[in-house]
Amino acid sequence: MSDSLVPGITVLEDEQADTGARRMLLNMGPQHPSTHGVLRLAVELDGEIITKCRPDIGYLHTGIEKEFEVKTYAQAVTLTDRVDYLAPLSNNLGYALAVEKLLGLEIPPKAQWMRVMLVELTRLNSHLVWLGTHALDIGAMSVFMYCFREREEILKLFEMFSGQRMMTSYIRPGGLALEPPRGWAQRVKTCIDAFPSRVDEYEDLLTKNSIWMGRTKGVGFISVEDMLDLGVTGPMLRAAGLKTDARKDEPYSSYEKFDFEVPTRTEGDVYARYQVRLEEMRQSVRIVTQAIEGMPPGPWKAADQHVVLPDRERMKTQMEALIYHFKLVTEGFRVPEGEVYQVIESPRGELGFYIVSDGSSSPYRVHMRTPSFGNLQAVPRMVEGALIADMIASIGSMDFVLGDTDR
Amino acid sequence: MDSFLLISVVKAAVVFAVLMTTLAYLQWVERKVIAHIQVRPGPYRVGPHGLLQPLADVIKLLTKEDLIPPYVNKPLYLLAPFLAITMALLSISVIPFGPTIEIGGVRTWMQLTDLNIGVLFVLAVSSMGVYGIVLAGWASNNKYSLIGGLRSTAQMISYELPLSLAIASPLLISNTLSLRELVERQAGGIWSWNVFHGPFPQVFSFIIFLIAAFAETNRVPFDLPEAENELVAGFHTEYSSMKFASFFMAEYANMITVSCMATLLFLGGWVAPWPARYGSSLVPVAIFAMAGLVALYHGSRPARRRDRYSLPAFGILFLIAAAVFLLPIVQAWLLPLFWFCAKTGAILFAFMWVRGTLPRFRYDQLMGFTWKFLFPAAMLNLLVTGFLVAWVS
Repeated sequence: MSDSLVPGITVLEDEQADTGARRMLLNMGPQHPSTHGVLRLAVELDGEIITKCRPDIGYLHTGIEKEFEVKTYAQAVTLTDRVDYLAPLSNNLGYALAVEKLLGLEIPPKAQWMRVMLVELTRLNSHLVWLGTHALDIGAMSVFMYCFREREEILKLFEMFSGQRMMTSYIRPGGLALEPPRGWAQRVKTCIDAFPSRVDEYEDLLTKNSIWMGRTKGVGFISVEDMLDLGVTGPMLRAAGLKTDARKDEPYSSYEKFDFEVPTRTEGDVYARYQVRLEEMRQSVRIVTQAIEGMPPGPWKAADQHVVLPDRERMKTQMEALIYHFKLVTEGFRVPEGEVYQVIESPRGELGFYIVSDGSSSPYRVHMRTPSFGNLQAVPRMVEGALIADMIASIGSMDFVLGDTDR
Repeated sequence: MDSFLLISVVKAAVVFAVLMTTLAYLQWVERKVIAHIQVRPGPYRVGPHGLLQPLADVIKLLTKEDLIPPYVNKPLYLLAPFLAITMALLSISVIPFGPTIEIGGVRTWMQLTDLNIGVLFVLAVSSMGVYGIVLAGWASNNKYSLIGGLRSTAQMISYELPLSLAIASPLLISNTLSLRELVERQAGGIWSWNVFHGPFPQVFSFIIFLIAAFAETNRVPFDLPEAENELVAGFHTEYSSMKFASFFMAEYANMITVSCMATLLFLGGWVAPWPARYGSSLVPVAIFAMAGLVALYHGSRPARRRDRYSLPAFGILFLIAAAVFLLPIVQAWLLPLFWFCAKTGAILFAFMWVRGTLPRFRYDQLMGFTWKFLFPAAMLNLLVTGFLVAWVS
């Protein structure tokens, strides 16, 4: 196989060429049940052994980064939902924090705690989808259904808060989009209290299952040094022993006030990633419980009337509030000139928002450092020399979202 | 001679019709079982509780476009599904479902034909079934199909060894190759069945047989030839319409065959677990009566509106079935049939249960498992059984 296997249409032409008697070129995706969306893998096989693998991304490129430049800061929140569609609230938060840093805006404690709670629920949601699809890839199809049963409960909570199940746009610069609904604490608590026993249920089915261990232990290994070189972050890095977590390293949104562990393993294989993510789910439950129990009183959005929409009640009764509402909705708020980089720990790893402002009401440039893109770089090093089945297990364990990769 | 021909044709027609219906409904049962394992209702729309779903599936498959990709090796591509389904159905012909039956003064066996080498025939025919899969994988001219076909060749040939060795042990005890005589040697009750039978209970060879049977029929956790998440649909990726349905039916027919074989070889075929004088003939009556009463009870307090009519109807049907089992005229052949179906059904249920529970092996682990563990274990089992049989006799 020539080096034109480097992603592109040329690969398909190259495929027709004589590649030697023992090698076979296999084109996996973009329509393939296990490439989790529209990832395409050009794979060179020697029997069942992968000798070369080139991931080809870009099938879900939607130009979101460019689109930011024609939206106002408030409108652009809706774009962040669509980047990583399994963790919309994490993206909302990353963006909101970056904009607030530029504005120098103080967020009331209740809004911060609500944000932490919602983002941890998002982590649960995302990890559930990961566990379900990963187990399905390895052939355990009931786990998939169990995970989606729990995810449904979490999506119902999101719907209760924001009116939307997936594209929530609930966390906005200045606080939250809407007042938290009545009785939210009870409903979140009911859902979250049952959760640890559900995680036990998954563990019963998988953790000590010898087929599962055989398929995941020692598979898809990649060293810490390699991962740091390639820009891999998040649970994959922690599964190899490096304790990095933006929630601890550079706390945002009052994460320093919460008591939780950052789970790590040292093996760096698929099984270790599985264990790390499962433990993260338990830790997220802890954080959500703490957030509900210690929720501070107060307003759920900042007081700055230049940024935050006025209350409905005031807007209908006070002239000044009506003018502010009109100005904010039609032309948006202005952000001081400057640039900012804000990092959060999304379910997949380090999510960074780099925003350049020219002083107008829409960003001059927004760049996202998305975890999926970095993590995906590890595919060739993880799978070359392994079997096809190992490749499926490896890419399942990476938990990438193609929307997040291609943006 | 004429009556022999007539009886054979009638029997073949009955077996074929029953088998085809069973195939269709086995798939419905499997979907229901797995759905309930996965906390969802399963097929529910077509007919009450989705009971007409198999019919809808058949119509769908028959009317789908029959696509033949331009790059396939056409003769072999068309031969493959034909071979798979033919071989799968052929082995049913030597399976006995019960003892003699007398209708209108004609006595006949509940079996299409009694070969004196029935066991070998089933093994031979099931080996031929591999060709269907291999040819499908090769003739499709698709890389996923090719890998699937290669996997299944290696897998089925490897697992045939422990399968045959596991079958050999009960044959040593029963000293016959005819499936009907095999059952007759196990008559008497649960302690005469080959699984528990002295001199050496064949529990191990039963387990080895079941594991190898899972692999032979390409079922989870050994469904590598069609591992959906790796090979899209494996060897039948390029097949559509009835050609796909042929592979699908072949898989289920093979499941039925191996379940029947397990019942005949190890579980005493149609023999009741304990003699009729201790009340084994009342078991089906009790089961059906119970089912009928439960259905009537729930029909009297329906959860949904249509349950008010459907559940009592089913309840009455079950009660009629219970009454039929009490009639002495039919008891002679209905009871053995019941036990045979119950045992086969239990094994089929195990197939489904495993599918809902276990992940899939990796290719090299699968081969390692059979050659490093299953094959030596089957060997050892055969050796010990052989010594014990020689020692006792």
